[in-house]
Amino acid sequence: MSERRYPPFTELGMMSLALIVIGGIYLASHIPQRVPLGPAIALLIASGVLVVVNLALLAQVQGFAWARFRQVGGWALLAYAFTAGMIEYAFLRDHLSGGPLVILTLSLVVYAIQVPTLIAFTVARWDSPYAVPAGHGEAAGPSGD
Amino acid sequence: MPPVTDVAAAPEAMAPPRTGAPAKPDFEIVPRRGLVVVAIVMVALIVAIAANSLWSLEFFHVAFGAGWTVVDLFLGLVLGPIMGRMPIPARVELTTRLMPKMVLLMPTLVTATLAAGWQLSTKLGTNLSSYPQHAWVVASFIVVGVMAVLALGLLEPANIAVLFELRKPKPRGEVIERLMKRFLYCAGVLGLMQLATLVIMTKLASS
Repeated sequence: MSERRYPPFTELGMMSLALIVIGGIYLASHIPQRVPLGPAIALLIASGVLVVVNLALLAQVQGFAWARFRQVGGWALLAYAFTAGMIEYAFLRDHLSGGPLVILTLSLVVYAIQVPTLIAFTVARWDSPYAVPAGHGEAAGPSGD
Repeated sequence: MPPVTDVAAAPEAMAPPRTGAPAKPDFEIVPRRGLVVVAIVMVALIVAIAANSLWSLEFFHVAFGAGWTVVDLFLGLVLGPIMGRMPIPARVELTTRLMPKMVLLMPTLVTATLAAGWQLSTKLGTNLSSYPQHAWVVASFIVVGVMAVLALGLLEPANIAVLFELRKPKPRGEVIERLMKRFLYCAGVLGLMQLATLVIMTKLASS
Protein backbone atom coordinates (compact mmCIF):
# COMPACT_ATOMS: atom_id res chain seq x y z
CA MET A 1 0.00 0.00 0.00
CA SER A 2 1.76 3.17 -1.17
CA GLU A 3 1.22 5.94 1.33
CA ARG A 4 1.56 9.70 1.00
CA ARG A 5 3.06 11.55 3.96
CA TYR A 6 0.67 13.86 5.77
CA PRO A 7 1.07 16.34 8.61
CA PRO A 8 -0.09 14.99 12.00
CA PHE A 9 -3.64 16.20 11.34
CA THR A 10 -5.43 13.67 13.55
CA GLU A 11 -2.98 14.09 16.43
CA LEU A 12 -3.21 17.90 16.37
CA GLY A 13 -6.98 17.74 15.96
CA MET A 14 -7.34 15.48 18.98
CA MET A 15 -5.06 17.76 20.98
CA SER A 16 -7.25 20.71 20.01
CA LEU A 17 -10.36 18.81 21.13
CA ALA A 18 -8.67 17.76 24.36
CA LEU A 19 -7.87 21.40 25.21
CA ILE A 20 -11.49 22.54 24.91
CA VAL A 21 -12.67 19.47 26.83
CA ILE A 22 -10.25 20.32 29.66
CA GLY A 23 -11.53 23.92 29.61
CA GLY A 24 -15.13 22.67 29.77
CA ILE A 25 -14.36 20.34 32.68
CA TYR A 26 -12.54 23.15 34.49
CA LEU A 27 -15.59 25.42 34.22
CA ALA A 28 -18.17 22.69 34.90
CA SER A 29 -16.38 21.44 38.00
CA HIS A 30 -16.68 24.85 39.69
CA ILE A 31 -20.44 25.38 39.25
CA PRO A 32 -21.96 27.54 40.74
CA GLN A 33 -18.86 29.29 42.11
CA ARG A 34 -17.21 32.20 40.30
CA VAL A 35 -14.07 30.86 38.75
CA PRO A 36 -11.04 32.64 37.22
CA LEU A 37 -11.58 32.48 33.45
CA GLY A 38 -7.89 32.87 32.55
CA PRO A 39 -7.07 29.13 32.29
CA ALA A 40 -10.21 28.41 30.23
CA ILE A 41 -9.46 31.35 27.88
CA ALA A 42 -5.85 30.17 27.44
CA LEU A 43 -7.01 26.63 26.64
CA LEU A 44 -9.58 27.95 24.15
CA ILE A 45 -7.04 30.16 22.38
CA ALA A 46 -4.52 27.28 22.21
CA SER A 47 -7.23 25.02 20.80
CA GLY A 48 -8.25 27.59 18.16
CA VAL A 49 -4.61 28.12 17.16
CA LEU A 50 -4.21 24.36 16.70
CA VAL A 51 -7.25 24.29 14.38
CA VAL A 52 -5.77 27.05 12.22
CA VAL A 53 -2.25 25.54 12.20
CA ASN A 54 -3.67 22.12 11.37
CA LEU A 55 -5.64 23.39 8.36
CA ALA A 56 -2.66 25.50 7.23
CA LEU A 57 -0.38 22.44 7.32
CA LEU A 58 -2.91 20.38 5.40
CA ALA A 59 -3.24 23.11 2.76
CA GLN A 60 0.46 22.59 1.95
CA VAL A 61 -0.10 18.95 0.95
CA GLN A 62 0.16 18.46 -2.78
CA GLY A 63 -2.45 16.27 -4.49
CA PHE A 64 -4.79 16.02 -1.50
CA ALA A 65 -8.39 14.90 -2.27
CA TRP A 66 -9.92 18.31 -1.53
CA ALA A 67 -13.21 17.59 -3.30
CA ARG A 68 -13.84 14.61 -1.05
CA PHE A 69 -12.65 16.63 1.99
CA ARG A 70 -15.18 19.37 1.21
CA GLN A 71 -17.99 16.90 0.53
CA VAL A 72 -17.57 14.91 3.75
CA GLY A 73 -16.64 17.96 5.81
CA GLY A 74 -19.73 19.84 4.63
CA TRP A 75 -22.17 17.12 5.67
CA ALA A 76 -20.33 16.45 8.93
CA LEU A 77 -20.37 20.19 9.66
CA LEU A 78 -24.14 20.16 9.26
CA ALA A 79 -24.47 17.26 11.73
CA TYR A 80 -22.05 18.67 14.30
CA ALA A 81 -23.50 22.19 14.04
CA PHE A 82 -26.80 20.57 15.05
CA THR A 83 -25.29 18.87 18.10
CA ALA A 84 -23.41 22.06 19.03
CA GLY A 85 -26.73 23.92 18.76
CA MET A 86 -28.35 21.43 21.13
CA ILE A 87 -25.58 21.89 23.68
CA GLU A 88 -25.84 25.69 23.34
CA TYR A 89 -29.59 25.40 23.93
CA ALA A 90 -28.86 23.49 27.17
CA PHE A 91 -26.45 26.25 28.30
CA LEU A 92 -29.04 28.96 27.66
CA ARG A 93 -31.79 26.94 29.29
CA ASP A 94 -29.64 26.61 32.40
CA HIS A 95 -29.27 30.43 32.46
CA LEU A 96 -25.54 30.38 31.80
CA SER A 97 -24.32 33.90 31.05
CA GLY A 98 -21.32 36.21 30.89
CA GLY A 99 -17.74 35.01 30.43
CA PRO A 100 -18.41 31.27 30.89
CA LEU A 101 -21.15 31.39 28.21
CA VAL A 102 -18.82 33.15 25.75
CA ILE A 103 -15.99 30.67 26.40
CA LEU A 104 -18.23 27.62 26.12
CA THR A 105 -19.93 28.98 22.98
CA LEU A 106 -16.56 29.57 21.31
CA SER A 107 -15.46 26.10 22.45
CA LEU A 108 -18.53 24.71 20.68
CA VAL A 109 -17.50 26.58 17.52
CA VAL A 110 -14.06 24.92 17.70
CA TYR A 111 -15.75 21.53 18.29
CA ALA A 112 -18.16 22.04 15.37
CA ILE A 113 -15.23 22.82 13.05
CA GLN A 114 -12.61 20.40 14.36
CA VAL A 115 -14.63 17.20 14.40
CA PRO A 116 -15.91 17.50 10.80
CA THR A 117 -12.39 18.28 9.56
CA LEU A 118 -11.07 15.19 11.36
CA ILE A 119 -13.74 13.03 9.70
CA ALA A 120 -13.18 14.66 6.31
CA PHE A 121 -9.39 14.25 6.56
CA THR A 122 -9.62 10.56 7.49
CA VAL A 123 -11.85 9.90 4.48
CA ALA A 124 -9.93 12.09 2.02
CA ARG A 125 -6.46 10.76 2.90
CA TRP A 126 -7.47 7.37 1.47
CA ASP A 127 -9.15 8.92 -1.57
CA SER A 128 -7.73 9.78 -4.95
CA PRO A 129 -7.42 13.53 -5.64
CA TYR A 130 -8.86 12.68 -9.06
CA ALA A 131 -12.04 11.08 -7.75
CA VAL A 132 -15.07 13.27 -8.36
CA PRO A 133 -17.80 13.13 -5.72
CA ALA A 134 -21.14 12.57 -7.46
CA GLY A 135 -22.85 15.88 -8.11
CA HIS A 136 -19.63 17.74 -8.90
CA GLY A 137 -19.46 18.84 -12.49
CA GLU A 138 -15.70 19.14 -12.57
CA ALA A 139 -12.62 17.25 -11.63
CA ALA A 140 -11.28 18.13 -8.23
CA GLY A 141 -7.62 17.41 -8.65
CA PRO A 142 -4.98 20.06 -8.97
CA SER A 143 -4.73 19.57 -12.73
CA GLY A 144 -8.19 18.21 -13.24
CA ASP A 145 -6.98 15.34 -15.34
CA MET B 1 -23.02 19.67 -1.60
CA PRO B 2 -23.19 16.18 -3.15
CA PRO B 3 -24.82 13.53 -0.97
CA VAL B 4 -22.51 11.35 1.08
CA THR B 5 -24.38 8.30 -0.12
CA ASP B 6 -22.95 8.74 -3.62
CA VAL B 7 -19.42 8.08 -4.71
CA ALA B 8 -18.01 8.39 -8.20
CA ALA B 9 -15.18 6.21 -9.39
CA ALA B 10 -11.62 7.40 -9.72
CA PRO B 11 -10.10 6.73 -13.14
CA GLU B 12 -8.35 3.40 -12.86
CA ALA B 13 -5.16 4.76 -14.37
CA MET B 14 -4.87 7.30 -11.56
CA ALA B 15 -5.81 4.95 -8.76
CA PRO B 16 -3.11 3.46 -6.53
CA PRO B 17 -2.49 -0.28 -6.82
CA ARG B 18 -5.07 -2.31 -4.95
CA THR B 19 -4.59 -5.67 -3.40
CA GLY B 20 -6.93 -8.09 -1.66
CA ALA B 21 -9.93 -6.33 -3.20
CA PRO B 22 -13.16 -7.85 -1.97
CA ALA B 23 -16.38 -7.73 -4.02
CA LYS B 24 -18.05 -4.31 -4.02
CA PRO B 25 -21.04 -4.32 -1.68
CA ASP B 26 -24.03 -2.03 -2.09
CA PHE B 27 -25.16 0.07 0.87
CA GLU B 28 -25.85 3.62 2.07
CA ILE B 29 -23.10 5.28 4.14
CA VAL B 30 -25.77 7.06 6.17
CA PRO B 31 -28.94 4.89 6.24
CA ARG B 32 -31.73 7.32 5.35
CA ARG B 33 -34.45 5.31 7.09
CA GLY B 34 -32.39 5.35 10.25
CA LEU B 35 -32.29 9.14 10.13
CA VAL B 36 -36.04 9.17 10.81
CA VAL B 37 -35.52 7.14 14.00
CA VAL B 38 -32.67 9.44 15.06
CA ALA B 39 -34.85 12.51 14.45
CA ILE B 40 -37.63 11.02 16.61
CA VAL B 41 -35.17 10.28 19.44
CA MET B 42 -33.69 13.79 19.23
CA VAL B 43 -37.10 15.46 19.35
CA ALA B 44 -38.06 13.28 22.35
CA LEU B 45 -34.77 14.21 24.02
CA ILE B 46 -35.36 17.93 23.51
CA VAL B 47 -38.90 17.57 24.89
CA ALA B 48 -37.55 15.68 27.92
CA ILE B 49 -34.98 18.39 28.62
CA ALA B 50 -37.48 21.20 28.08
CA ALA B 51 -40.06 19.48 30.34
CA ASN B 52 -37.32 18.78 32.90
CA SER B 53 -39.24 15.76 34.16
CA LEU B 54 -37.30 13.43 36.42
CA TRP B 55 -38.59 10.20 34.90
CA SER B 56 -37.91 11.12 31.26
CA LEU B 57 -34.42 12.41 32.07
CA GLU B 58 -33.66 9.27 34.10
CA PHE B 59 -34.98 7.15 31.23
CA PHE B 60 -32.80 8.81 28.59
CA HIS B 61 -29.71 8.84 30.79
CA VAL B 62 -29.97 5.28 32.09
CA ALA B 63 -31.38 3.50 29.00
CA PHE B 64 -29.16 5.21 26.43
CA GLY B 65 -26.15 5.11 28.76
CA ALA B 66 -26.64 1.36 29.19
CA GLY B 67 -26.89 1.01 25.41
CA TRP B 68 -23.66 3.01 24.93
CA THR B 69 -21.81 0.89 27.51
CA VAL B 70 -23.04 -2.42 26.13
CA VAL B 71 -22.24 -1.52 22.51
CA ASP B 72 -18.70 -0.33 23.40
CA LEU B 73 -17.98 -3.41 25.50
CA PHE B 74 -19.45 -5.79 22.93
CA LEU B 75 -17.64 -4.21 19.98
CA GLY B 76 -14.29 -3.87 21.66
CA LEU B 77 -14.11 -7.00 23.74
CA VAL B 78 -16.31 -9.53 21.91
CA LEU B 79 -16.83 -8.65 18.26
CA GLY B 80 -13.37 -7.12 17.72
CA PRO B 81 -11.36 -10.26 18.52
CA ILE B 82 -13.82 -12.39 16.53
CA MET B 83 -13.53 -10.12 13.47
CA GLY B 84 -9.76 -10.22 13.70
CA ARG B 85 -9.84 -13.97 13.01
CA MET B 86 -12.39 -13.85 10.17
CA PRO B 87 -11.35 -14.13 6.50
CA ILE B 88 -11.29 -10.79 4.65
CA PRO B 89 -14.47 -11.36 2.54
CA ALA B 90 -16.41 -12.25 5.69
CA ARG B 91 -14.98 -9.23 7.49
CA VAL B 92 -16.02 -6.98 4.61
CA GLU B 93 -19.51 -8.47 4.59
CA LEU B 94 -19.90 -7.92 8.35
CA THR B 95 -18.38 -4.43 8.17
CA THR B 96 -20.75 -3.47 5.34
CA ARG B 97 -23.76 -4.41 7.41
CA LEU B 98 -22.51 -3.17 10.78
CA MET B 99 -20.79 0.14 10.15
CA PRO B 100 -23.63 2.14 8.50
CA LYS B 101 -25.73 1.38 11.58
CA MET B 102 -22.89 2.50 13.85
CA VAL B 103 -22.76 5.88 12.05
CA LEU B 104 -26.20 6.67 13.47
CA LEU B 105 -26.30 4.51 16.58
CA MET B 106 -23.25 5.75 18.48
CA PRO B 107 -23.75 9.54 18.14
CA THR B 108 -27.42 9.09 19.11
CA LEU B 109 -26.60 7.01 22.20
CA VAL B 110 -23.83 9.38 23.28
CA THR B 111 -25.80 12.59 22.68
CA ALA B 112 -28.89 11.33 24.53
CA THR B 113 -26.86 9.95 27.46
CA LEU B 114 -24.80 13.08 27.99
CA ALA B 115 -27.51 15.68 27.33
CA ALA B 116 -30.02 13.95 29.62
CA GLY B 117 -27.28 13.27 32.19
CA TRP B 118 -26.25 16.92 32.39
CA GLN B 119 -29.87 18.08 32.70
CA LEU B 120 -30.52 15.43 35.34
CA SER B 121 -27.52 16.54 37.37
CA THR B 122 -28.64 20.16 37.08
CA LYS B 123 -32.12 19.20 38.29
CA LEU B 124 -30.79 17.13 41.20
CA GLY B 125 -27.98 19.53 42.04
CA THR B 126 -25.36 16.81 41.72
CA ASN B 127 -23.19 18.96 39.43
CA LEU B 128 -22.80 21.66 42.09
CA SER B 129 -19.42 21.91 43.77
CA SER B 130 -21.22 21.75 47.12
CA TYR B 131 -22.47 18.21 46.37
CA PRO B 132 -20.83 15.80 48.86
CA GLN B 133 -19.65 13.41 46.12
CA HIS B 134 -18.35 16.22 43.90
CA ALA B 135 -14.98 14.54 43.38
CA TRP B 136 -16.72 11.51 41.84
CA VAL B 137 -18.76 13.78 39.56
CA VAL B 138 -15.58 15.52 38.36
CA ALA B 139 -14.03 12.07 37.82
CA SER B 140 -16.99 11.20 35.59
CA PHE B 141 -16.42 14.46 33.62
CA ILE B 142 -12.80 13.44 33.07
CA VAL B 143 -13.66 9.90 31.97
CA VAL B 144 -16.35 11.16 29.59
CA GLY B 145 -13.97 13.85 28.30
CA VAL B 146 -11.29 11.29 27.43
CA MET B 147 -13.91 9.07 25.82
CA ALA B 148 -15.28 11.99 23.80
CA VAL B 149 -11.85 12.89 22.42
CA LEU B 150 -11.18 9.25 21.44
CA ALA B 151 -14.62 8.77 19.92
CA LEU B 152 -14.67 12.06 18.00
CA GLY B 153 -11.04 12.03 16.94
CA LEU B 154 -10.46 8.36 16.11
CA LEU B 155 -13.57 6.20 16.22
CA GLU B 156 -16.10 8.25 14.23
CA PRO B 157 -13.65 9.27 11.46
CA ALA B 158 -12.55 5.61 11.05
CA ASN B 159 -16.19 4.53 10.88
CA ILE B 160 -17.01 6.98 8.06
CA ALA B 161 -13.73 6.37 6.21
CA VAL B 162 -14.18 2.61 6.10
CA LEU B 163 -17.62 3.08 4.59
CA PHE B 164 -16.25 5.37 1.86
CA GLU B 165 -13.57 2.79 1.10
CA LEU B 166 -16.18 0.04 0.87
CA ARG B 167 -18.22 2.14 -1.57
CA LYS B 168 -15.35 2.38 -4.03
CA PRO B 169 -15.49 0.24 -7.18
CA LYS B 170 -12.53 -1.76 -5.86
CA PRO B 171 -12.21 -1.38 -2.08
CA ARG B 172 -8.69 -1.91 -0.77
CA GLY B 173 -8.66 -4.69 1.79
CA GLU B 174 -5.60 -3.33 3.57
CA VAL B 175 -7.17 0.12 4.04
CA ILE B 176 -10.37 -1.43 5.39
CA GLU B 177 -8.37 -3.65 7.72
CA ARG B 178 -6.30 -0.71 9.00
CA LEU B 179 -9.36 1.46 9.63
CA MET B 180 -11.32 -1.38 11.22
CA LYS B 181 -8.41 -2.14 13.53
CA ARG B 182 -8.38 1.50 14.59
CA PHE B 183 -12.17 1.38 15.10
CA LEU B 184 -12.17 -1.83 17.12
CA TYR B 185 -9.10 -1.01 19.27
CA CYS B 186 -10.66 2.36 20.00
CA ALA B 187 -13.99 0.70 20.87
CA GLY B 188 -12.07 -1.67 23.16
CA VAL B 189 -10.40 1.20 25.02
CA LEU B 190 -13.75 2.96 25.27
CA GLY B 191 -15.29 -0.27 26.56
CA LEU B 192 -12.69 -0.47 29.32
CA MET B 193 -13.30 3.19 30.17
CA GLN B 194 -17.00 2.38 30.35
CA LEU B 195 -16.15 0.09 33.26
CA ALA B 196 -14.75 3.16 35.05
CA THR B 197 -18.01 4.97 34.24
CA LEU B 198 -19.99 2.08 35.72
CA VAL B 199 -17.94 2.24 38.95
CA ILE B 200 -18.48 6.02 39.24
CA MET B 201 -22.19 5.95 38.37
CA THR B 202 -23.02 3.11 40.76
CA LYS B 203 -21.04 4.90 43.48
CA LEU B 204 -23.03 8.10 42.87
CA ALA B 205 -26.37 6.28 42.68
CA SER B 206 -25.74 4.49 45.99
CA SER B 207 -24.53 7.54 47.91
